[in-house]
Parts: sequence; C-alpha cells; structure tokens
Amino acid sequence: MTILEFEKPIVELEQKIEELKKVSLKGNVDVSEELETLKEKALQLKKEIYGALTPWQKVQIARHPDRPYTLDYIKMMMEDFTELHGDRYFADDQALIGGVARFMGEPVMVIGHQKGLDTKENLKRNFGCANPEGYRKALRLMKLAERFEMPLFCFIDTPGAYPGLGAEERGQAEAIAVNLREMMGIKTRIVVVVIGEGGSGGALGIGVGDQIFMLENSYYSVISPEGCSAILWKDPKKTQDAANALRLTAEDLKKNNLIDDIIAEPLGGGHKNMELMAITLRDNLAESLEQLGKLSIDKLLKERYNKFRKMGVFFEGGITPYGVEKPKEEPNSEDKKKVNNPLPVS
Amino acid sequence: MPLFKKRLIKLSKRSVPDGLWTKCPECKEMFYKKELDDGLKVCSKCGYHFLINSKERIELITDSATFEEHNADLYSGDPLQFKDSKTYPERQKASFLKTGLLDAVVTGVAQINGVKTALAVMDFGFMGGSMGAVVGEKITRMIEHATEKKLPLIIVSSSGGARMQESTLSLMQMAKTCAALERYQKQNHLFISILTHPTTGGTTASFAMLGDIIIAEPGAMIGFAGARVIKQTIAQDLPKDFQSAEFLLEHGFLDLIVSRLDLKKKLSLLLHLFEKK
Ligand SMILES: [Zn+2]
Repeated sequence: MTILEFEKPIVELEQKIEELKKVSLKGNVDVSEELETLKEKALQLKKEIYGALTPWQKVQIARHPDRPYTLDYIKMMMEDFTELHGDRYFADDQALIGGVARFMGEPVMVIGHQKGLDTKENLKRNFGCANPEGYRKALRLMKLAERFEMPLFCFIDTPGAYPGLGAEERGQAEAIAVNLREMMGIKTRIVVVVIGEGGSGGALGIGVGDQIFMLENSYYSVISPEGCSAILWKDPKKTQDAANALRLTAEDLKKNNLIDDIIAEPLGGGHKNMELMAITLRDNLAESLEQLGKLSIDKLLKERYNKFRKMGVFFEGGITPYGVEKPKEEPNSEDKKKVNNPLPVS
Repeated sequence: MPLFKKRLIKLSKRSVPDGLWTKCPECKEMFYKKELDDGLKVCSKCGYHFLINSKERIELITDSATFEEHNADLYSGDPLQFKDSKTYPERQKASFLKTGLLDAVVTGVAQINGVKTALAVMDFGFMGGSMGAVVGEKITRMIEHATEKKLPLIIVSSSGGARMQESTLSLMQMAKTCAALERYQKQNHLFISILTHPTTGGTTASFAMLGDIIIAEPGAMIGFAGARVIKQTIAQDLPKDFQSAEFLLEHGFLDLIVSRLDLKKKLSLLLHLFEKK
C-alpha cells in the first residue's frame, strides 16, 4: 500500500480509529460514541482532501502503483479474454497489450497500455512505455476488429512512448503517425478511455476514437510535468507549477472540448474500490457502445473526423494578444471571430 | 500600435542578420553574408545547410511570384493562460518581432515548374516551429484544400514538436492533421514531406512521417524523443549519427536525402512523374 504525502492526515486518523477499536475490544470502556465521531471526521477529511485535489496530486493518483491497470479492468469487466501477441515484424511489446474478449455478451477487441505490478514485471513491461512494435501490434488488432465488426476499446495508461535507441531506429514517430491516420478510418466503433497516465504522443497513438473518456483522476498532457518544468522553468522540481500550467486534468480537457466525458472514481481513486471502479467503467462503456451503435458506419466516421477537426482554439483576423492588428482575409465579416468549431471544408 | 502596424506591412521582408560575416559551424569557414545567401545558405566548402526561414524556403522551391498565401490571418489566443517565466503572449510577441509571422507555418498554393501545388512551410524562427492550434489548423486547411482541388501537397517541416503552451490542444493537432491526410491520401494524391533541421516530437509523429515520399536535407536532425532524454533513459552513448537524416535513411524511414541546391529540380521531377492525367 503506497501512501501519498497528502493522504497522510487521513491515514493517521484511520490508525487512531483502529487503535480505539482495539481498546474497546479489550476493556469495558464504551468508546462507541467517540468511534462514531472519529469515523465521521475521517469521512469529512477524505471528502475535503480528495474533493480538492490539485493537478499535481491528481497526477500522483494517476500514477499510483495500486491503481487498476488494463488487465485488471479486462479481468473484472470481460470474459473469455485471449491476449494476441506480436506486431508480425519485430517483437511482442508487453507495454502495450491487446486481445479479444466478450463484453456484456458481445465480442470486442481491447487494446491498452500495461504497467507492471512490481519492479520485476515493470522491467518486462517497460513501465507502460511502448516501443514502435506496440503501436504496430495495436494497429494490427484494430484492423482485425474492423474486419469482424467488433467494437474496439482503447485504454490509455502510459507516461509516454519509450525514448530509446531501438525505438528511434525502428521508427517510433512513424508508428504513432500511422496509427493516428489509420484509426481515423477504422470502420468500427472505437471507445477510448484514459485510465491513468495520458502521456503525450504515446497516449494519443491509441487515442483516436468516437468517444473519449477520462477517469476522474487520470491526466492527459502534451508533456510530463517533470519534462515541462525542466524545459520551461529550467528546474525539474517545479512540477506543481508545470502541472497547473499544462491544464492536464479531466476537468480541464472537458472544458477545452477535447473529451466527451469524465468517469467518476471512488473517493480517493479507483484503487480504493476496484470493483466499484470496474462496474462504473463497464456501465459507461456499455452505454457508449449502445449510443454509437445507432450510427451508420458512414456517419460514425464523419463524426469521428469532425470531433478531431474541431479541436484547438484560434482566431481569424483582429488584434493578437500582443497587440498586432491583422485584417481579416474575407471582407464583410466580424473584426474578430473566435473559432472553436470550424466546419470542415469538404 | 503604429510600430506593430509598420512591421506588419513589412511582413514579407527577410530579417536582416546582425553582422556581415558568418562562420560555418561545421568547417569554420568564414562567409560574406551575400555570398552565403546567393548560395542558398549552403556552405560552399563542406555542404553544411544553414537554417532558412519559411519565406526563403518558398522562394527556393516555387516559381517566381506564383505563391498565393492562404489563411494568413490566423493567430493563437492564449486559451490556457499559460505562464512560465514568460507569458504565452510575450513569447508570441517575441517571435513575431523576430519573424514577422503570426505563427510557425506559412501555407498557400504555388507553381513548381508549372505544377500547381498546395504548400505548407514551417518556420523554426517562430517559437521553435512548435505546433499549436494555428499550425494544426492551417496545415489541415491546406490538406483539405488540396483534397478538394485535387492538388499535390508538399509540407516542409522544421519544428521542435507540439507547443507546450497549448498543452493537449496542441497534442490533438497531431490527430487533426493526420485525419485530413487520411482523406487526402485515400484519393490518391501525392504528398511529399520534406524534413529539414530540426524535425522532432509531435511533428515527426504526425504528418511529417506520413509522406508518400519523404525527403530530408543532408545533416538534418530528425527524431521523436530528444537525444538527451534517450541518453538519460538508456544510460549509454548514442551512435555519432543518431537521429540524422543519414541515420533515418539507413533505417528505412526516408526515401531520399536531397541537397538544398537540387531540391527544386528533384521536386519538379517527382511532381511531373506522379502527375495525374
Ligand atoms: Zn562548411
């Protein structure tokens, strides 16, 4: 059990409660009233602390070693899971796994980053940092799902694509880029969930889909808070500042129209009640599949395109934030127009 | 803001270098600026390719006075109110004053030896050529324009990757540009991606690596993760030519390495070979 710094007051209170319970078992002293007060206090404290987590604290929960990983969710939500291995070119990447399973009675393909449960397994799984062969295996499985009209689930949980010599030699950038392009055209329903860490291109490499969700305490960012603070603050310890600036929480992404919805976690994080977490996720996925099932493939692909087409905020014509005036190209339109939802040209 | 307006009018004027002489960082030969410019900023002694800006690049590969700029009025706000030691608008302003550009890409349509081509040229001078929503949007619009008008497409990359100041809004530009390319390439139009020094991160891991033909300039640094980060992660020394254009060619990720001096000729030849009847 790993205890995070900001959780310590809760743990201390819980220890007090346990001690008091022991006392009440030994002696004849009635402590039930005191016990009730303490329990109530503990719940209040949890609500206070977990209800007001800073972005950096959320990053720590997203990285919590007890947090459920892809294989945990598969075990809890699905049956008949059969892992499929290898990219057919180079190797089997155990940091990015996938396979077929039965979800609520229906065959599905599921792909996800997988971290290790201990150091030994993490060496095998590369701490959830995939190599190019991981992304290529993922694409192979996506195309298989497409042929058999299976819905596709993608579970994101990676600090980032692996920065290694072999990864560069084998084309990490190419593997991710190809996935971004091909996922846009995969003719089956794709539901993406950030279950833990959404680390940049390594996350997005399996992150294109019809509905995108984030678990309440997951994060999604263009760069890790550590990387960002090292580059922009020239100080690797300014992680809190960087985490704030990067707007990487589920709430931030929802506000910026980059995800469809946030999936609630049990108080304190998914690992505090894995079963409840899995049930909540399962119900969200089932509902999502049902909604998407109402669309024709043609409409599904069009909406997938439009979803990503709309992402980003910019202006056309007017005065830039630093005071330069730029006339709008076409005449007869407003001086300054905020464009958040431009329609595709074709 | 008269000062800014004046600079805006001069938008197309090339930034003037500080001194009259430039030293080649490779062979240490000294060059007179004019001499270097006349030689397309390629060292006449060792072939080292100096950085060139988007305007110079456009002049280099297109037919004289045929470039028609599109979407020149797009600029970024400060959607996340990003601030490190400087605010995002402060960084944008500094880049604007340096380059005369509103963001890190110039897009438009031009003729290349008579072949009408959609063109996007990134400019490393603007915040390290980083990709935010404006870069993503302008490139996507250019790809969509090329799809609609059935034009060949050339994107010249020179970029440090996704722009941190727009965080996930930047990251998603990778998916957005690739989405547009999915439609474009399905229609069987030719996309030539040109990688110049440096092309890294989210730019490499999106449109830059999806060219039907991928060309790099000699010696250009091209990669996904930063060499420093890789070295720290794997705790071993990297090959001398690691992430160079030559390294990528050897590992099968480039079609060609073409000297800047021959670039237009080679592009023209390819565009004509792939021209649709
Ligand atoms: Zn030289």
